[in-house]
Amino acid sequence: MLRKITGQVRVGLRAVSLATIACVCAAPIANAEETFKLGLVNFLSGPAADAFGVPSMNGGELMVEALNAGEVPEPYAGMIGFGGMPIEIIKVDETGGAQVQIQRFRDLVQREEVDAIVGYDGSGDCLAVAPIADELKKVVVFSGCGTPRIFEENSYEYVFRAGSHSTMDNVALAHYVARKLPDAKTVAGFNQNYSWGQDSWRDFSLALKELRPDIETVGELFPETGAGQYGAQINVLMRLKPDVVHSSLWGGDLEAFLLQAGPRKLFDRTNVVFTMAEHVLPRLGDKVPEGLMTGGRGAVGALHPDTPLANWFYSAYEDKYDIPAVQGPFRFVQTILGLKTAVEIAMQENGGKKPTSEEIAAAFKFASFDTPSGPVEMAIGDGHQAIQGNAIGISKWNAQENRVELVDVEYFSAKCINPPNGVMSEEWIKEGFPGAECDN
Amino acid sequence: MDIAFAIFADGIIYGAWLFLVAIGLTLVFGVMKILNVAHGALYAIGAYAAATLVNSSFFGQIEGMAVLIVMLAGAVIAALLLGPFLERVLLRLFYERDEIVLLLVTFGLSLILEDLIKLIWGVYSHYVPGPYALFGDVEIGPLFYVGYDFFIVGLAVVVGLGTYLVLNRTNVGKVVQSVIHDDEISRAMGINVARVYLGAFTFGVFLATLAGAFTAPMIAITPTIGVNAIILSFAVVVIGGLGSIQGAAIGALVVGLSRASAINLWPEAELFVIYAVMSLVLLVRPEGLFGQIQQRKI
Repeated sequence: MLRKITGQVRVGLRAVSLATIACVCAAPIANAEETFKLGLVNFLSGPAADAFGVPSMNGGELMVEALNAGEVPEPYAGMIGFGGMPIEIIKVDETGGAQVQIQRFRDLVQREEVDAIVGYDGSGDCLAVAPIADELKKVVVFSGCGTPRIFEENSYEYVFRAGSHSTMDNVALAHYVARKLPDAKTVAGFNQNYSWGQDSWRDFSLALKELRPDIETVGELFPETGAGQYGAQINVLMRLKPDVVHSSLWGGDLEAFLLQAGPRKLFDRTNVVFTMAEHVLPRLGDKVPEGLMTGGRGAVGALHPDTPLANWFYSAYEDKYDIPAVQGPFRFVQTILGLKTAVEIAMQENGGKKPTSEEIAAAFKFASFDTPSGPVEMAIGDGHQAIQGNAIGISKWNAQENRVELVDVEYFSAKCINPPNGVMSEEWIKEGFPGAECDN
Repeated sequence: MDIAFAIFADGIIYGAWLFLVAIGLTLVFGVMKILNVAHGALYAIGAYAAATLVNSSFFGQIEGMAVLIVMLAGAVIAALLLGPFLERVLLRLFYERDEIVLLLVTFGLSLILEDLIKLIWGVYSHYVPGPYALFGDVEIGPLFYVGYDFFIVGLAVVVGLGTYLVLNRTNVGKVVQSVIHDDEISRAMGINVARVYLGAFTFGVFLATLAGAFTAPMIAITPTIGVNAIILSFAVVVIGGLGSIQGAAIGALVVGLSRASAINLWPEAELFVIYAVMSLVLLVRPEGLFGQIQQRKI
């Protein structure tokens, strides 16, 4: 595995780690009999279960068990659960649509009386649940949901997202493509026909237009989610012959596309670049075409930074579940660690008592914390939306280790690929990324 | 010219696959008047069964065209295990009830089968890509086709013709036709209607598992692959006329060519076009292109 991490990211990582250690060590321990009841929500059935839901929940359970046993390495070593309170989890399936999620959210808060909720991967679910969290005054920390609209079009008090949104993922990919494919003249999009696919293509194509105005868009395809059969679309791409094809496909759709496009020689004729194909690499193995450019929505999975926390989580997950951790578990775990940080900051400020939702929400705003995918800052969305670095690499089969590697990896710092606080993502891209701090 | 050829070829390939998925659905409705919503889950089970056999240590040694026999065996085994069991133990209990009750029963069955899939095979994708390369590639102008796609077209023709000939040219077919026309009179004439139902349902399940088994090499097999397949199958059989095999064939071609045209000429409307065509057909012929107006018993 080839990993490269910029000096700036390393320094930042260390600074955040130290800050978090200081916070944890100073936090008083709550009454030993108290527990922190945590609702974990993600897809346990349906099309997103195998790609995200089940791996995420597995990662979450592993992290909660390790936190309760005090086995998580620095900067979280030595503190049981959340501020000394063992974590008690209640798992909920995210399948069923927005109305079902609203009901389940109410059940978790009013019947199960959870102290906070983490999870949700579906953008529609996040948009539906957010106002309910404010209505019930209960902290919810989203782990997925690609749409940037949650905090750009609304303002919430108890709602947080401790991971990236689609802008960051696709701006990083556009930077990578602009650098690695200097001769590219044309681009086409191949994205699912719903908010994630459309937002991803919008952000990628706008960013690429800013970075490389000479590249012309020659086609946009939006297949339905779950289609499974892409022969006709692949032929359209073959006929258009773009130099670059952008895709944000995920899960079974992505795997089907890779299996069908390979024999049709699409990857021999064009550079297909993926926003988040990292999560299918371990499972597809030698069926992954060589030379695919892809990210994983953060420095996750095989792209994880070389830190004790990241290395421990990556190994512990593979030891327990016999498959490498991919982006889902990494994102879910960083959500739990973000909440842990907020709870412990709140406890530090209230004299060590179990914090209220108001205290947790206040502590979460603009917090920084360390995660297996590197440092995360709640820097935008008025302190409710995280920013983090991203990594993009190129697929290469390693026959000796019997796994797909990502080589030629480049890391992009959080402030290079995210808009400043208070700036809308789309406007930020269209104006040429004002305020971006890119060091490479 | 390239576009016209691409629309024609992609439309035929997709239509053939759709027909393979939908023919079992329309056959079961034609004989038993059951709109089997679990058909999609049975399709998924066929895919898993084929992948399990082909990837097993015993059958995994088999190479070349013989792999297709292993996939067929997977479909047969799954159908023989599930078809008789579901018909005898579950559906038989509801034959006297309203058709809508049977529809709800098969909907419940589809959810149970999806969970059964997860219990047996887990939630992670399974793959069986080997057979996809068996027939090589075909390069036509700027386009590449995989030979396996044309094998699916051939398989759809064989399955469709075979089923049609059995129903219309054999004694077994005549018995089935008689039950289709009137099960009470058939019973009075000495036909074992229960056995016809058992055979028809099991054959319908086999057609579902067969479609799944031979789709498996093209896709990542996940527990929910049947959901999309069943929705499109409904569109096909509604266009063609519920219960008509010729109708399913024409419906599949209409959907395949409409979709391919949209993808090449108006990509945003890929899904819209399919249901627009379906609505148009229903406006002109509410019973579908080959459907027959049914008298209602009061």
